[in-house]
Amino acid sequence: MSTAIETDVAIVGAGPIGLFAVFELGLLDLKAHLVDILDRPGGQCTELYPEKPIYDIPGLPIVTGQELTDRLMEQIKPFGAEFHFSEMVTGLEKLDDGRWTLTTDNETQITAPVVVVAAGGGSFMPKRPPIAGIETYEGKSVFYAVRKMEQFRDKNILIAGGGDSALDWTLNLAPLAKSLTLVHHRDGFRAAQHSVNQMRELAEQGKIKFHVASVKALHGEGGQLEAVTLADRDKKEWRHDCDTFLPFFGLTMKLGPIANFGLNLHENLIPVDTAKFESETPGIFAIGDINTYAGKLKLILSGFHEAALMAQAAFHICRPNEKLRFQYTTSSSSLQKKLGVA
Amino acid sequence: MKIIATDRDGKEHELEGRDGWTVMEILRDADLPIVAECGGACACATCHVYVEDGWYDKLPAPSDAETDMLDMALAVEPNSRLSCQLTCAPELDGIKVTLAPE
Repeated sequence: MSTAIETDVAIVGAGPIGLFAVFELGLLDLKAHLVDILDRPGGQCTELYPEKPIYDIPGLPIVTGQELTDRLMEQIKPFGAEFHFSEMVTGLEKLDDGRWTLTTDNETQITAPVVVVAAGGGSFMPKRPPIAGIETYEGKSVFYAVRKMEQFRDKNILIAGGGDSALDWTLNLAPLAKSLTLVHHRDGFRAAQHSVNQMRELAEQGKIKFHVASVKALHGEGGQLEAVTLADRDKKEWRHDCDTFLPFFGLTMKLGPIANFGLNLHENLIPVDTAKFESETPGIFAIGDINTYAGKLKLILSGFHEAALMAQAAFHICRPNEKLRFQYTTSSSSLQKKLGVA
Repeated sequence: MKIIATDRDGKEHELEGRDGWTVMEILRDADLPIVAECGGACACATCHVYVEDGWYDKLPAPSDAETDMLDMALAVEPNSRLSCQLTCAPELDGIKVTLAPE
């Protein structure tokens, strides 16, 4: 179902910089919609290092990626930004009236005079094992996620990986699979211990198989997998029959469709000016790790500064006939009203 | 100290290590195509290298955090390490590493 939205600013990416952009835009009465491929806010902070402490956020001597995200969400709450999670931006089109329309893979359409790309290192996507020809099997017999378990009933499934996804799906799919084999490069797992114990029990009962091995090659025809070549740590290889392969090696960042937005990328980064953080395409801004300029530092605090300057420039595009009044949150009662504290 | 790094095309690079820097930082500064997307926090497994020619056994053993994170790396071999967890030191002069496939 397609959803058409009109707003002031469309933000690509709900990491810390996209979130703080909502704050700076909100002080200027600009409304924002955010799109993120992940199912929650925080970007890298919550996906890669939710528990790792960050020490260089001004005023917060120590804060974890998750806490920083939670605090930013609290800080922007008064501004009522709307989030479109688990959606990937797929298209960007310029309208005759000068505005832009962003389209997502869920057919959300956001039309706004200003687009802010705060996409960090790109979209988080599943890691694809470096096995020759794997892409020809994807979507037919190789899957990086399980959307409908029923799809895997009576299949001969091979799962690879040692994290929670690999173990959880081993446990969940074992009862309905015809056969299920788990392979991992070592006889140890980073997954939750109780899942590992359950998996070992199933293996002892002969309900699944577990091998310390890696997948070296895929065999099949027309995208339908028939077997794989497995290799153990001593490089001894053997053939293993299976019709479904589920590799679970977590997520990595890929630039994705942003690469096709005509933003004149330099080594996958968007060049911007340092007065407005606008790209070479008027109306399209880039802030945070995704942009590049002389002296750029990939720090969260730099992204916050970039968001503040971007918001000033965005105001002039969204409200061409209004005068921008520069105010401080400490003294301005109108800003305090917006923040819900006055 | 020297680091001998082989890139994904099989080309060898002789790099100057700096005491106290991580091997990942030296590889990145030499513009070798290593992603290191978490910036050295042992949180992403995108600085994965193979440690060659017996150098693996001369390294301090991986921490539990590194062993866990290697579970998220692709094409892991018995000589796999995360280069952000390897610190340059005089006793590693001449260490040989190969960038793992992406």
